[in-house]
Amino acid sequence: MIWNPNKECMSRDEMSALQGKRLHKIVEYVYHNVPFYRHKLQEMDITPDDIRTIEDIRKLPFTTKKDLRDNYPFGLQAAPQSEIIRIHASSGTTGNPTIVGYTRKDIGVWSECMARCLTAYGVGREDIFSVSYGYGLFTGGLGAHNGVEMVGASVVPASTGNTEKHAKLIRDLGITGIACTPSYALYLAETMEKIGITKEQIKLKVGAFGAEPWTESMRAEIQDRLGLKGFNLYGLSEIMGPSVSYECQEQCGSHINEDHFYPEIINPVTLESVPMGQPGELVFTTLTKEGMPVLRYRTRDLCSLIPGQCGCGRTSVRMSPITGRSDDMLIIRGINVFPSQVESVVLSMKEFAPRYMLIVDRVNNLDTLMVQVELRQEYFTTTAFDTPAAIDELEKRLANKLRSVLSIGAKVQLKAPNTIERSQGKSAHVIDKRKL
Amino acid sequence: MTINQLSIFMENRSGTLIKALELMKKSKIQIIASTIADTAEYGIYRIICSEPTRAYKELKEAGVAVALSDVFAIELDDEPGRAADAVRTFSDAGLSITYMYSFLLNGKGILIFRTNDNEHAREVIILNNLKFISESDLSQWK
Repeated sequence: MIWNPNKECMSRDEMSALQGKRLHKIVEYVYHNVPFYRHKLQEMDITPDDIRTIEDIRKLPFTTKKDLRDNYPFGLQAAPQSEIIRIHASSGTTGNPTIVGYTRKDIGVWSECMARCLTAYGVGREDIFSVSYGYGLFTGGLGAHNGVEMVGASVVPASTGNTEKHAKLIRDLGITGIACTPSYALYLAETMEKIGITKEQIKLKVGAFGAEPWTESMRAEIQDRLGLKGFNLYGLSEIMGPSVSYECQEQCGSHINEDHFYPEIINPVTLESVPMGQPGELVFTTLTKEGMPVLRYRTRDLCSLIPGQCGCGRTSVRMSPITGRSDDMLIIRGINVFPSQVESVVLSMKEFAPRYMLIVDRVNNLDTLMVQVELRQEYFTTTAFDTPAAIDELEKRLANKLRSVLSIGAKVQLKAPNTIERSQGKSAHVIDKRKL
Repeated sequence: MTINQLSIFMENRSGTLIKALELMKKSKIQIIASTIADTAEYGIYRIICSEPTRAYKELKEAGVAVALSDVFAIELDDEPGRAADAVRTFSDAGLSITYMYSFLLNGKGILIFRTNDNEHAREVIILNNLKFISESDLSQWK
């Protein structure tokens, strides 16, 4: 099924014309409402009148996560505060989260895009659909929620946590669809087995999985254990949230809602566009967003674009699965984590040397994070540390700080001075043992 | 009145204990008593030794995570009940013992402990005429 054939199956010429028109409008809009973009465009001697077709997008400047951070909290917001009806926040690299405000129209576009995803997965009015992304500042929960209401299915806002209760609801309510991270789906399957709920007792048929990278073998395992069909759901809060792209029944790439989010692939080093089909860094421009529009936002996700009409009838361009990142961001339990966030915590505590290591693993289908931190030699000149209670207190203090900065819990391990190898670069701060 | 104890931070993995001991051997430091307070992840190795200040300096130079801590050392007659009597004295005075261990030396029981209030502990030791060991006594044990 297709939610909006008028847009999802538009001819390529019509789509390009629509994108060109919308691009001109959004450039004009940010030029007059966001000083950051006006200055950038003025520096490059570009006016909104220079942007007429979608091909003109290559004249525009890029936007990075750093730009969002530097303009914290509302510097890139284009709409007046009176028009903003919701604010989400995602984790930042040095303490400042990224703030994204949405107007009423933005929430409407988001719901529409999410409805397109769910319809492609086969979700309709008769379904009972559980949203098990976290509700809160994270865009996953509420983003998926609005889409389920839009298609008219019954939404169960299960969120995360209390997995046993959730498993019972899936059985007792006859829940037919679920949106969650793929690792949570596996954890759910395990919980069901533990409390004796079998595949035959549940009616799940659709899983919308995203917010973290996953593989075909994970898909096969989830499908086998929960008896559903698993679909990719892609999104990022800087652009909108979940709903930027989605798999259809053909499952040969994720269709991008390109009438709202225009994709490009660039070489992350030269910043030049790469030929269609070649891999590189994914870049998005929001074509219709009012709250916080972004021009050529560098997602740092590596993938390629797939052109051509799909077997499902949609004409929208598809993106391949994400193969990696062009920076050092980690996704742990669906949350973005940068090693530099850990560094900022370590540097803020005088007990520690600026040497640390993040060890990421997946145990029983749940991501785990351990942070090793090296104690400073000077710490031992005091007698404060000579009881386990004192060291436990220090460990707890570090763990609490990490939790508040990272938004996820980390196990902490204190190391003696000079036992962590001096790093040769950013990646040397991470050991990722997950097999993905 | 207090003596210096070495406190070494050790991760729970093989090789850390022997490294510290080999260093002390090389520096000809005599270990008089030692004990390890351990948790799942690490241990704190507490050592009473000859020349603790020199030992501290040399261990530190070798990169060992070591600190000097002030602890009390009380000499007791080697008879049943003497430790109870000593601790009772502190307890009655409202002092808390943070940690404690003991050993025998030249036929005398030696009680090593740290308290939450060193000044108060000093008063109690003097008022009750307890026999304490001082830093200078340690070097005679070489």
